[in-house]
Amino acid sequence: MLYREAGQFKSSYAADQAIFPIAQDRWAVWAFLAVAFLVVPFFVNDYWTNAILLPLLIYGMAALGLNILVGYCGQISLGTGGFMAVGAYASYKLMTSFPELNMIVVVLLSGGITAAVGVMFGLPSLRIKGFYLAVATLAAQFFLVWLFNKVGWFYNYSATGQINAPDRFLFGFQLTGASAQPWVKYLFCLTLLTVFALIAKNLVRGRIGRNWMAIRDMDIAAELIGVRPLMTKLSAFAVSSFYIGMAGSLLFAVYLGAVEVGESFGINVSFLVLFMVIIGGLGSIVGSFMGAAFLVLMPILLKNFMVDGLGLMPVTAKHVEILLMGLLIIFFLIVEPHGLARLWQITKEKLRMWPFPY
Amino acid sequence: MNAFVDPAGMSGHSGLARGEVLLRVDNVSLSFGGVKAITNISFDILKGEVRAIIGPNGAGKTSMLNVINGFYHPQEGTITWRGQVRRKMRPYEAASHGIARTFQNVALFKGMTTLDNIMTGRGLKMRKNFFWQCLHWGPALKEENEHRRKVEEIIDFLEIQAIRKTPVGRLPYGLQKRVELARALAMEPELLLLDEPMAGMNLEEKEDMSRFILDVNQQFGTTIALIEHDMGVVMDLSDRVVVLDYGRKIADGPPEEVQSNQNVIDAYLGVPHGN
Repeated sequence: MLYREAGQFKSSYAADQAIFPIAQDRWAVWAFLAVAFLVVPFFVNDYWTNAILLPLLIYGMAALGLNILVGYCGQISLGTGGFMAVGAYASYKLMTSFPELNMIVVVLLSGGITAAVGVMFGLPSLRIKGFYLAVATLAAQFFLVWLFNKVGWFYNYSATGQINAPDRFLFGFQLTGASAQPWVKYLFCLTLLTVFALIAKNLVRGRIGRNWMAIRDMDIAAELIGVRPLMTKLSAFAVSSFYIGMAGSLLFAVYLGAVEVGESFGINVSFLVLFMVIIGGLGSIVGSFMGAAFLVLMPILLKNFMVDGLGLMPVTAKHVEILLMGLLIIFFLIVEPHGLARLWQITKEKLRMWPFPY
Repeated sequence: MNAFVDPAGMSGHSGLARGEVLLRVDNVSLSFGGVKAITNISFDILKGEVRAIIGPNGAGKTSMLNVINGFYHPQEGTITWRGQVRRKMRPYEAASHGIARTFQNVALFKGMTTLDNIMTGRGLKMRKNFFWQCLHWGPALKEENEHRRKVEEIIDFLEIQAIRKTPVGRLPYGLQKRVELARALAMEPELLLLDEPMAGMNLEEKEDMSRFILDVNQQFGTTIALIEHDMGVVMDLSDRVVVLDYGRKIADGPPEEVQSNQNVIDAYLGVPHGN
C-alpha cells in the first residue's frame, strides 16, 4: 500500500539513474542514516560496539571490498585475510613511525598500500581464471601471513610478535587504545563505511563498474567492444584491496587494538568474508552488508536465545550454534542462490504489485 | 522511420567518401597448428556498402571476422584499414579504431540490464577519470547523461524501449540479438561486423532484423560486413558477396553474379565423386 511508485515521474536521465529512484526508498535510507548517525551514538556502550556494531561495520567494509572483486568483476579471491593483514600492519607501521599522522590519513594510506599489494597478486588473473585464480590468491593468503610472522620489522621486533595499537586522538577524542569511548569508534567506522559505500555505488553504476561487469559476464565480448582486460581486472583488484585494507586497518586499530596475524587474519577470515559475499548476494552493494549482518549477528542472536532463553550451557550452545549456522546457510542458499539481496529485491517487487500477484 | 539521425554526426570518422576502400585484406593465411583455417584470401570492403561473406559450414567465415577485428593474428598477409597497413593488434584496439562486432552465439553481458549493456558499448567514448567516477557528480554525471541520451536514441531506433530496464538474461532470443546490435551500434562504428545476425530467428524477426541492418547502413552510413546462411536475405541485403569454401575464396562479386557461379553452386550442392 505505502510502497508504490505511482505518480513519481522522472523528467531527466539523472533522476532515472539515481541510486534510489523510488521516493519511499530514499526516505527509508535517510531515516536509517539519521538514526545511525544521530541517535545510536548516544546509546552505545562497550558491549554494543564491541560485540555487534564494530564487527558489523568492519566486516561490512571487507565484504563490500570483496564483492567488488568477486561479485562485480568475477575474479575469485581467497586472499582476503592476507590483504586485511596488510592493512593492519601498514597502519601499525604508519602509526608508530609517524605518531602525528591523522587517523583518517592512516586508514586511507593503509588502504592504498593494500591496493598496491592487491594489484601485485592480481597480476596472475590476466592468465588464469575461476578456481585456478582462487588457488593463486590462496598463495597470497599464506605468503602474507608467513611474511608478517617472519619479518620482525613489521611488528617492530616486539617479543610477543603481536602488534598493539598506540593511543591516537581524532579531533580531540580518543579513537584507539584501551580508554577510547565506544561512540567515537562507532562513529569513525560508520562515517568511513558510509562514504566508501557511496563511492562503491558510484563506481559500479558508472563506466568503470560496467567494464567490471562486462569482464565478469563475457570477457571476450568485453574486449571486442573496447574494454581493456588488463586495466579493468587490475583496477578491480586495486579498489577491492583498498576496501579490504581499510577494513583490516580498522579491525586492528579501532576494534581489536592488539593483533596476532595468524589468529586474526587466517584463512578462516578469508572464507568468512567470502561467505558473507555469497550469502549476501554477489554483485550487490546492499548484499554485502546483509551478508555481513547475517554472519555477524546470527551467531549472537542464536547464542543469546539458547543461553538466556533456553538455559543451555554456554559450551553446548556454542556447538549447537555452529550447527545451526551451517543449516541456515544451506537453507538460505537453497531458497535463493543469488543471496539475501535478491530476496530483498523480490520482496520489494512483490510489495510494489501488492495485492496483485503480478 | 526515425528522422532524428544526422548521418554526418554519426559516421564521419575517417573522412573517407562513399565507395572508397575502407578495409582491404591481402593474401591472408591463418592456421592453427596443422589446420589451415584460411588460405591466401584477398578481398576489400568499400565504405558504405553491405558486404556479405558466405560459404558452407567450416569455410572460415568467422575466422575471417576474427582476423579483421584483431582476435586472431594471421600468419601471412596484411590488413589495410583506412589506407594504413595494420600491424598486430588487440581486439580493444580494433574497437577503438571503429570496428564493432556481434556474435553468432549471443554474447551479451547476462547479468546487466539492456540499458547497461548498451551503455557499456559507449565506454570507449567516455573520458572522465577514476576520481570523477567515484564522485559520479559534476562532469561525470553530465557525461553519463550525454551518453544516456545517445543510448536512448539507439533504443528508439531499434524499438526496444520496453525492455530498457530488463536484465538481458530474461529476454527472448530475438530481442537479445537486437540488444547485441544495439550494443555494437553504441560504439558508433565505421565498420560493423555481423556474425549470423539472423541465425535461429523466425521469418518475422528476420524481416525486422533485415530492415534494421539496411537502416543502419543508410541512416548512419555504417559499412557492414555480414555472415549469413539465409541466401534470400544475403541476396537482398548485400551489395557484394564474397564466397569462401574450405578456407579459400571461390567467388567475389555482386549477388546475381555469385549466384550463377558454377564454383559456388558446386560448393553448396556438392560435386559427384569421380568427375
